[in-house]
Amino acid sequence: MPATDSRKPIQCTVNGSSETLLAYPMERLLDVLREQLHLTGTKEGCGEGECGACTVLVDGRIVNSCLVPVAQLEGSSIKTIEGVASGEQLHAVQQAFIDCGGAQCGICTPGMVMAAVDLLERNPNPTEADIRNGLAGNLCRCTGYMKIFDSVFRACQKQAIEPRRDSSQPGTRKSK
Amino acid sequence: MRGNIPSYALVSPGKLGEALSLLASEPGVWQPFAGGTDLMVLLESGKLSHKNYLNIWNLGELRGITATTDHLTLGALTTYTEVQSNPILREEFPMLCQAASETGGLAIQNRGTLGGNIANASPAADSPPALLAYNAELELLSVRGSRWVPYQTFHTGYKKMIMEPDELLARVRLPRLWPDLHHYYRKVGTRKAQAISKVCLAATARVYEGTVDKVRIAFGSIAPIPLRCIKTEDTLRGARLDAGIIEKAKAELAREIVPIDDIRSTKNYRLRVSLNLLEDFLYRLSRAEVVS
Repeated sequence: MPATDSRKPIQCTVNGSSETLLAYPMERLLDVLREQLHLTGTKEGCGEGECGACTVLVDGRIVNSCLVPVAQLEGSSIKTIEGVASGEQLHAVQQAFIDCGGAQCGICTPGMVMAAVDLLERNPNPTEADIRNGLAGNLCRCTGYMKIFDSVFRACQKQAIEPRRDSSQPGTRKSK
Repeated sequence: MRGNIPSYALVSPGKLGEALSLLASEPGVWQPFAGGTDLMVLLESGKLSHKNYLNIWNLGELRGITATTDHLTLGALTTYTEVQSNPILREEFPMLCQAASETGGLAIQNRGTLGGNIANASPAADSPPALLAYNAELELLSVRGSRWVPYQTFHTGYKKMIMEPDELLARVRLPRLWPDLHHYYRKVGTRKAQAISKVCLAATARVYEGTVDKVRIAFGSIAPIPLRCIKTEDTLRGARLDAGIIEKAKAELAREIVPIDDIRSTKNYRLRVSLNLLEDFLYRLSRAEVVS
């Protein structure tokens, strides 16, 4: 270990607020968010980029915050699950997860919501295949995927009573 | 257990020249750190043994895709997301786009880089078979200058490369291809998304005046390095494509590859699937069905 403290200030924006983080360069964004900024909505699942529980947006792109060292964030703009709602007004994706039962134990939910928010920003009318692809990096340990897909459909097609499905997709819901 | 975070250095030079100077002044001390999608996994599991890293993520000189009549050149920091969205790559190098789309999920694709995938030198990486089949060349840059090397000569053994300690992988160059070429890319893994491959084949060829031409066959995960299967190609080149030559090519492939048992698969499974993939490619080629 170095004899002196090698922590360095990193200037970035988190959920619209300018922040100066004092951190070791190899510290994970995930830990700095949770422990320094107390933004504990972002969860740690696997810690190796497999599960997507720690998904946040960096400069408008989803990343696994467990795989990003803070040294790479100078000047970046970061959005976490805490920055998705507008005050008391939930984002359409968040409301849809509540309405459709898209959250079970809740560990994957913040990451799922971030991935879904990102997907709908890039593709406001996704097919089921698009949703499956957009959320492919997010695992749900309760395996409640169908209600999660329903939630994303609901968010983009609020008027739809029964969500659109690709008949070509194997594994679409028959029974729950 | 996670590595001791304060014991790692990650310095961020502002310019490419500064990065090269640092690599040259202390050879072997500094290792490049790009998107972090492999190194951070090692850090978390306490297996990141090297301590000093050079953060190249913010070096704009290593980004961007440029096209000339003969080549497409990609900066080493081109992400998988950028690969998939480039119109020329989609049109002319579909196997590379497919490899990019099958590497991790979107969050990994936004961060993982082509150069990182090459220099990390995993035999199971997804883009190297496509790069081998496309005859990619790599630019190795140092304060001593620049040199271009054929990608086929880059890996010399498990995690061993011809790159010198003061060199940085700067660009990847792809010779533009014949428009009538057929492309076949297939990754076989435990599940469709996220999984690391058990076997991966990238192959191109065309049938010209009844015989096989321009054939290139490259596999991932079946040798200590991503492997171009030259002898199998030789068996096929100039041959009339029928059931006999397909069996002959499979027999040659079985001699040419060296699959192993490891955490992700077994030697027998890998051999069987490799032969099946080659057969699938050749039957599709014979029916001119290989589409990107």
